[in-house]
Amino acid sequence: MTIAHYRRCFLGILKREALRFLQQRERFVAALVRPLVWLLIFAAGFRQVLGVSITPPYETYILYEVYITPGLIGMVQLFNGMQSSLSMVYDREMGSMKTLLVSPLPRWFLLVSKLMAGTSVSVLQVYTFLAVAWFFDIDAPWSGYLVLLPVLFLTGMMMGALGLLLSSAIRQLENFAGVMNFVIFPMFFLSTALYPLWRLQETNPFLARLANWNPFTHAVESIRFAMAGKVNPESLIITLSALVVFGALAIVGYNPARGTLARKTGGPG
Amino acid sequence: MTVQETDNPVLEIAGLNYDFGKGPVLREVGFSVAPGRFAVLLGPNGAGKTTLISLITRLYDSRTGHIRVAGHDVKRQSGQALARIGVVFQQSTLDLDLTVRQNLRYHAALHGLGAREAEDRIDRELSRFEMLERAGEKVRNLNGGHRRRVEIARALLHKPDFLLLDEPTVGLDVPSRRAIVAHAHQLAREGGITVLWATHLIDEIFDGDDVIVLHKGEIVAQGTVDSVNKAAGGATIAESFDRLTGGART
Repeated sequence: MTIAHYRRCFLGILKREALRFLQQRERFVAALVRPLVWLLIFAAGFRQVLGVSITPPYETYILYEVYITPGLIGMVQLFNGMQSSLSMVYDREMGSMKTLLVSPLPRWFLLVSKLMAGTSVSVLQVYTFLAVAWFFDIDAPWSGYLVLLPVLFLTGMMMGALGLLLSSAIRQLENFAGVMNFVIFPMFFLSTALYPLWRLQETNPFLARLANWNPFTHAVESIRFAMAGKVNPESLIITLSALVVFGALAIVGYNPARGTLARKTGGPG
Repeated sequence: MTVQETDNPVLEIAGLNYDFGKGPVLREVGFSVAPGRFAVLLGPNGAGKTTLISLITRLYDSRTGHIRVAGHDVKRQSGQALARIGVVFQQSTLDLDLTVRQNLRYHAALHGLGAREAEDRIDRELSRFEMLERAGEKVRNLNGGHRRRVEIARALLHKPDFLLLDEPTVGLDVPSRRAIVAHAHQLAREGGITVLWATHLIDEIFDGDDVIVLHKGEIVAQGTVDSVNKAAGGATIAESFDRLTGGART
């Protein structure tokens, strides 16, 4: 196994993800329409209801649309992570995940490559969303767009790793409804995507504590600070830690000796 | 007893047990396949064939026994072992929305082949299976027989020592089935590739093949067609199989 082998394998996985992405245009459009509906309809409706005081990283009063944009970026990546996890359940049922798993390079490398390929797609989706949002006057300083890039890879990897972990545990394809109800909705609503933590604190301190433990909150805050051209070290460290934990558990889940794979796919035949 | 005594078997399995927590699926499975042989893993549905193939390809792991492919232990040297195996699973593992060539390129990349070498091998293998002119078509547009040919061509891209096929003719019409069976036998005969072919269909066995009969997770007979017939007391392999499995053929 040479370095060239690793490189070719990684590029092969990346290319396949890109080809699949180009084939599935409706998935791309859906990924774009979803946050735009929130931004252009929901945020417009709630602008008057939810006043947002000056909270870091903002230095002035901001429009609600500006506040929720990082949360919607998080949403794009969360959906992408969950969707690729489900495509992996689908792949595994249909068998093409097997092609990956029976190839010779170490399994952790194959899974990390797949994760990075999926994250690249989500980063592309985010920048397309930001380009459309720019036409509606939701913009960031140029430094913000630049700082955002590495942060998006980190947050995208974290959510992809969570998806990977779920895909090692979920057996059937129909479980998307379950993932929506038990993963996407709680993670999204119990975070700072739609309202700042202090607002939740005023209403229900327990929920605020839960939101503070939610890695999605820290992904959103990392994105929020990055868009302002700033760095939030605490949120970045928590996001990175969550990535390491989810990633490690997912790799264990896909390990034939210890994992859930045999139990989940198994059956004599 | 092994299918064929040899110093350097391509596949060597000994003392293999496996269970899914609901009783054993495989019990003390052991056999070996010599280089260049076409070995048929014959067993009724539910005998444990797919489980055995999942263990050989490291999708599952067994705590007891060992499996060696081309001398490499699949547990300890899984990379080297997997690099020597070409696999065709029971269910198609091709990406339907990609073209034949894109699917093969993906496989070549996973096995670390350089671009030029990959293209050469793709052309060669597709020509061998008379599929070169379909290289630019999406897999979705191919019929079942052609998809199977593409899968076998793909499994051969990295020049494995050992080709593993799990009921590859399921769902194919009779002419496609015959063609695939003949192709695979030809690969062993002329290409020197060792083949393990899992099936429950007696008519896929040729006279010169080795046969391993798996029934309820145990090997009940193994050897050449003649030796299995002799041991089971059947005049034909079909009769022997019925005797060995109590007529469980499905």
